[in-house]
Amino acid sequence: MALWDLANSDCIIEMGSNIAENHPIAFRFVTEAQRRGATIIHIDPRYTRTSALADIYAPIRSGTDIAFLGGMIRHILENDLWFRDFALEYTNLAHIIEDGYEDPEAHDGLFSGFDPDTGAYSQDTWQYKGKTVPSSIAEHREQTKEQDGGDYESMTESPPPQDRTLQHPNCVYQIMRRHYARYTPEMVERVTGCPKETFLTIVETLARNSGRERTGAFTYAVGWTHHSTGVQIIRACTIVQALLGNVGRPGGGIMALRGHVSIQGSTDIPTLYNMLPTYLPQPNVFHDHATLERYLKSETPTTGWWSNMPKYVVSLLKAWYGEAATKANDWGYPFLPKLTGDCSQEPMTMAMVDGVMRGQFMLGQNPLVGAVNADFVERGLARLDWLVVRDFAMTETANFWQKGRLIERGETRPEDIETEVFFLPAAMPGEKEGTVTNTSRLVQWHDKVCEAPGDSRSDLWFIYHLGRRLKELYADSRELRDGAIQALTWDYPTKGELAEPDAEAVLAEINGYTVSDGEPVATYKDLKDDGTTACGGWMYCGIMPKKGHNVARSRKPDGPDGPGSHLGWAFAWPSNRRTLYNRASADAEGRPWSEAKKLVWWDEAKETWTGLDVPDFVETKRPDYRPDWSKRPHGMDALGGNDPFIMEADGKSQLFVPTGLRDGPLPTHYEPIESPVRNPLYGQQINPTAKLWNRPGNTLHEPGDPRFPYVFTTFRLTEIHCGGVPTRVMPHTAELQPEAFVEVSPELADELGIRHLDWTVLSSLRGEIEVRAMVTERVRPFMIDGRTVHQIGMPWVYGREGYARGAIANVLLAITGDANTSIHTTKALTVNLRRGRLTHLKREARRGR
Amino acid sequence: MARDGRNGGGHPWGKRSRTVGKGLGARVAGFLQDWSLPRQFAGQDVQSTAARSSASERLRPRLEQADRVGTSVCPFCAVGCGQLIYAKNGRPIHVEGDPRSPVNAGTLCPKGAGTLGMLLSPERITKVLYRAPRSRDWEVRPLDWAMERIAQLTRQARDETFAETLPDGRIVNHTVGIGSLGGATMDNEENYLIKKLFGGGLGMLNIENQARI
Repeated sequence: MALWDLANSDCIIEMGSNIAENHPIAFRFVTEAQRRGATIIHIDPRYTRTSALADIYAPIRSGTDIAFLGGMIRHILENDLWFRDFALEYTNLAHIIEDGYEDPEAHDGLFSGFDPDTGAYSQDTWQYKGKTVPSSIAEHREQTKEQDGGDYESMTESPPPQDRTLQHPNCVYQIMRRHYARYTPEMVERVTGCPKETFLTIVETLARNSGRERTGAFTYAVGWTHHSTGVQIIRACTIVQALLGNVGRPGGGIMALRGHVSIQGSTDIPTLYNMLPTYLPQPNVFHDHATLERYLKSETPTTGWWSNMPKYVVSLLKAWYGEAATKANDWGYPFLPKLTGDCSQEPMTMAMVDGVMRGQFMLGQNPLVGAVNADFVERGLARLDWLVVRDFAMTETANFWQKGRLIERGETRPEDIETEVFFLPAAMPGEKEGTVTNTSRLVQWHDKVCEAPGDSRSDLWFIYHLGRRLKELYADSRELRDGAIQALTWDYPTKGELAEPDAEAVLAEINGYTVSDGEPVATYKDLKDDGTTACGGWMYCGIMPKKGHNVARSRKPDGPDGPGSHLGWAFAWPSNRRTLYNRASADAEGRPWSEAKKLVWWDEAKETWTGLDVPDFVETKRPDYRPDWSKRPHGMDALGGNDPFIMEADGKSQLFVPTGLRDGPLPTHYEPIESPVRNPLYGQQINPTAKLWNRPGNTLHEPGDPRFPYVFTTFRLTEIHCGGVPTRVMPHTAELQPEAFVEVSPELADELGIRHLDWTVLSSLRGEIEVRAMVTERVRPFMIDGRTVHQIGMPWVYGREGYARGAIANVLLAITGDANTSIHTTKALTVNLRRGRLTHLKREARRGR
Repeated sequence: MARDGRNGGGHPWGKRSRTVGKGLGARVAGFLQDWSLPRQFAGQDVQSTAARSSASERLRPRLEQADRVGTSVCPFCAVGCGQLIYAKNGRPIHVEGDPRSPVNAGTLCPKGAGTLGMLLSPERITKVLYRAPRSRDWEVRPLDWAMERIAQLTRQARDETFAETLPDGRIVNHTVGIGSLGGATMDNEENYLIKKLFGGGLGMLNIENQARI
């Protein structure tokens, strides 16, 4: 959904996000909805300004979101509050799962297929009966060594078996009823600490504001992703929303509120290890990826839109390797590096500490503040041969060898650190041009207004000229291994004295073109798998549909008379579409569910889909089209006119996920990796497939460890942004939030003898910090399973550089990873807290440092 | 913070200096005419006419001095608020919300509203800094020298850590000896070239950004 579409919601649940403080301008659409009569609900461990402006506030203990959302799913199913016409038609609620499937009910928290030796699941018993279902996320297996795809042709033989009466014991509806049976309102209260009555008010309010005439939305942020079960928390929300019909419709959906200006763009066109541009899988040596043909066979779904994947892969190879990419050499596929495992930031940190890494580029990222277990990261940096930092002001990462925490403590000296360090000043907004992609896929161009000062250069300049120099260095090589860099297309035009590369030329390559004449392709439907088209990112096709026509520059908003989809303002991928899966905004026959909530519909006279947004469907596919299974349909032919979720192999929203998740087909509550509480729901304490690196320097706290009794959560501030440097050196924002603090409840402060603004010491097995206490009722103790659990919170945005300084919260946290994404846990680990100061800092304070 | 002392408008002494030489009576009368309080009592609107004075008449928006303006996007969170950046003589002088944008309709949060303070921060570094192994200090170096040194080090690290195959002969063509972190604060075009050069050209696998943390 587009950000502004939040204003069309009748109920908004903000959960895992403090939208009023961290995305203040997006919050204006929440207040707009509220002004129009919507009910606003905030569910969060801390009482914030988002809570203050909500109609209902529900406190929950950090890391218990699945217990809460699972309780919502149970309540919706058991009280028949779900939107039957929507969910029965558009989700896999009626699909029948394999006989061998067994629920955590049977195994005290584990699904069938768990192998305790490898700590991994086999997904065989999670499949639709008689089928092997390909994942809808092409890059899903890249971190794991799970079994290869299998027989996706089974999806073309017949539709997945269903029981639309929902009586079959292994249909998804009955499985979910059994799975969530124990998530009762009483259990929700016992696990989360949220009063039962508040929980019931919330689920009934959302259900009442869902259906034909009304829609509800969720907003979330890293309060959901930064857990060992992050993906499953979001999954639990999607189940709620799909059951209630709040997907693909105006004012309905799940809004991810992301943190950096183009964090969406850098996910789509990824500087990420496991994907090639726009969600194509990076090849992996442990999968059947030895040749292009085998890679495509094992990764391409046979049914649904992703069946087009070979066109996108070959066009990408053609864009990267140009004339050197020929049919004879698999279009240059052998040039692509093959993965052997997880290369995300957390294992990368381990590799640094272990001395595997030789050199490191830090391009506008500051891990000594933003990464967990900062002291461990610092040890890793000191083992590098060289480090290149690009930023616009000094960062904690760049001068670790001079002012780092290990230097400060006297553990090491600059003379002992071999790392060669470069700081290259970076150009900032207004000093360079290009596109950024916002959190709702809106790709906006920004202009260059003036030159960057001194030696500051854009990152485009840096990477282009580094590439140019490297191509020169490798030009004469005869080594086979250097073929990729030699073949790489790199002839971008440059402008001006500084030879700044033309960003629009790069965008044109991302958009794609016909190889023979260089003319832009207008849409990804024109891409081919025969080497005649080149395209750097198929989902961005259409952003420059004609030479000189850059849609990201378009600035024509809708007027007050609507329709409010603002199709003339910039470009939203794919195809300038603002709401994904908007076919679901019409009923099975193609009619809007209601006049109030119409978006896209079937025009019988013109035999086409039409509406207020770009339809997310085959434009001419009739609502009553059904696949002819006698012809073994492939691709989109295998999806009916009533299957809106075209990126899924069966066109249905996946309440139950047969393939693609490492930690189970249904969201299940596990305790955070470190928790003072025993899991009240199952014997299984934590996510059995969570990524753990329990080793010296990164030791984990056992559940219930009395030395670390407090739940610790981190957050950021309206005025100080993320890694912190840009706002800590900005005079106004630094003045508004001048130093770090820890939020402590009056009850805990009483218990520990801490007064407001006292110095305190926070400690874990990873490290310790000192910071002043903010004694505030914004944090409250929870009554969990009959005993008091205290929680404390601290902003993670401070460091020693800039005007606004303070302790680095991430020193306390351990490196851990969500099972599916390897995202670290920052919202719910444990620490100790005491009144006082760190002795070495006290000593320095006396010496007047 | 005191260093951010750009002056916003009319000088408080400006008016007085212009009245030097007039008689005391004329000065008092002039002052009373200019003072908004008597005019408010006389019925003028405090939000329009009564708010005016000879000093306020001389106040002009900073952006009027601009010789260039461009469309930008707020560089902080991912909401994507439109900004207008005004510059004069090649230097930014004003940043404000783009009133046309359906995202922010001209508004900005405290971070976005402070963007100019970031661009002009006295803490900004505009020279290349280099720290030699075991050194205690930074030294300033030419950009061209640093670029060549970085290219050489990259090549050396890649060549020394590149693996064509696993021990069992399966082809990998990769290096895990060099890493790159960052991208979420940058443009799509920049991310594209990073992945293309580091991944597609050099065979690096350890390419990550803030999206996963």
